[in-house]
Amino acid sequence: MKYESRADRIFDVINYLLLIIVLVLTAYPLIYIVSASVSDPTAVNSGRMWLWPVSFTLEGYQRLFKNGEIWLGYANTIFYTVFGTLLNLAVTLPCAYAMSRKDFVGRKTLNFMVVFTMFFGGGLIPTYIVVKNLGLLDTRIILLVLGATSSYNLIVTRTFFSSSIPDELRESAFVDGCTNWILFTRIVLPLSKAIIAVMALFFGVTHWNAYFNALVYISTREKYPLQVFLREILIFSEMLPAMLASEDSLVIEELTRQARIAEMVKYGAIIVSSLPVIIAYPLLQRYFVKGVMLGAIKG
Amino acid sequence: MILRNWQLYLFVLPAVVYYIVFHYVPIYGVQIAFRQYYPMRGILGSPWVGMKHFMRFFNSYYFTTVIGNTLRISLTALIVGFPIPVLLALMLNEVQHLRFKKLVQTVTYAPHFISMVVMVGMLILFLTPSSGIINHMLAAVGMERKAFMQDARNFHWIYVFSSIWQESGWSSVIFVAALASIDSSQVEAAIIDGANKLQRMVYINLPVLIPTIVIMLIMRSGSILSVGFEKVYLMQNATNLSRSEIISTYVYKAGLIDGDFSFAAAVGLFNSLINFAILVLVNLFARRVGETSLW
Repeated sequence: MKYESRADRIFDVINYLLLIIVLVLTAYPLIYIVSASVSDPTAVNSGRMWLWPVSFTLEGYQRLFKNGEIWLGYANTIFYTVFGTLLNLAVTLPCAYAMSRKDFVGRKTLNFMVVFTMFFGGGLIPTYIVVKNLGLLDTRIILLVLGATSSYNLIVTRTFFSSSIPDELRESAFVDGCTNWILFTRIVLPLSKAIIAVMALFFGVTHWNAYFNALVYISTREKYPLQVFLREILIFSEMLPAMLASEDSLVIEELTRQARIAEMVKYGAIIVSSLPVIIAYPLLQRYFVKGVMLGAIKG
Repeated sequence: MILRNWQLYLFVLPAVVYYIVFHYVPIYGVQIAFRQYYPMRGILGSPWVGMKHFMRFFNSYYFTTVIGNTLRISLTALIVGFPIPVLLALMLNEVQHLRFKKLVQTVTYAPHFISMVVMVGMLILFLTPSSGIINHMLAAVGMERKAFMQDARNFHWIYVFSSIWQESGWSSVIFVAALASIDSSQVEAAIIDGANKLQRMVYINLPVLIPTIVIMLIMRSGSILSVGFEKVYLMQNATNLSRSEIISTYVYKAGLIDGDFSFAAAVGLFNSLINFAILVLVNLFARRVGETSLW
């Protein structure tokens, strides 16, 4: 039944052409960054490097790795990501499971409590005051607990449990004398590996890329996550040209030197900071799409 | 039943504590917008001042600027950006080569996972007048180099186009999922009736997406006044501030940098209330006119 009219063929040609353009436009900046990170900075800055690496060099990376703060940021971010995600799962999974149980008295109230915060909140300042009053300003703990769960993920997980764990399973488990705790840990969780993976990745990427909470709540450099250091490398250094207006020639010289080094390091910093996400991308893509689909079911 | 399920209450306890402490206590604390908050005296010990902070905001020079900038960015993003994921999903749906489809999806989803700091870092690198690739390209075709990031008039376009690049692929997932639910017998009937691909796309596939589109539009309408803080803040510099100061960055600066807690809380509350009101109104409208609504 493969019938293709003339109009269909024209449609196909235009469709593929447009998609190829989309593909190129999306991929180009990504390839460019990778190539620029291993190219001679002079070639990059003058525009001689436009797709593939020119005069291959790893100097940018070497400079970057000499910057001890990158390692500090990396270590901190790994800490926040690992423990943050574990906390997320510990808070989200049991709560979502309870919310999925039709025999759980109070689920409607809890559901409202969770959903309401998606549309209304106290805002930055009242939250800041709470954190301050709890004595959690400038502590590592605040970066873990401030996003202990998220309404969206909670609802996606709840939807998963209520659509994939049959009621009969619970009833027969209770007949066999199971408690809710045993039912959840021994039966429900092993059946829910997909959603656990989705949530671990959802939360994990959020922690890895997070920067706002650190900006607001953390003031000690030793506790900064990678993204804050990255911001200094990528965005603050941009202010240097403005400072070149200085009269002092020594200051100018030093600033230009720093600007050049900064330029070299930037592309490498982008790659290094994104590396874990790049490595996990095939996995991410598979499970993230699943997660969005699960979210879509609730409609 | 409550007794038998007592353990379930322990299951929800951490989440409930979290929501109370970090969501509902701040909602209670929003009253500082109507007080003159002194940290030493606490929320309840600080005197009531009524609408003073709101009036100060309404009468300040910043009021129109900040709201204008926020609206300019979010409406441009909505009008220019919203249709693109829908189109992308419709186009992907017509691709028969599964490997090509997979390739386009893999590539277009990728930018979603880039952190905001990296995203803005890339913008600055690419748009630098002397060394950025975009300016090299402009120069190559004989156009003038421009300091895009320093020109306030470009701000919302840079914001919107980079967001389209970063999020269109990912936002299309939900529409692709909706298209997968199309009844194939309907498509076959249309083919027999002589409908070509374009007609099928417009008269069968697009209508299937309408409920999802309506839901997404309602959600978007509820955040028309809350452009994300992170990206704008990172993109800000002294020269583009006249077009880049938005409500959330203004709240951050007034509250946490200048220490004017009550005033900043009032601005934030004003923002949340408008958002919430728009959401409720649009949802009401959607329910009256069509069948789809959030609640």
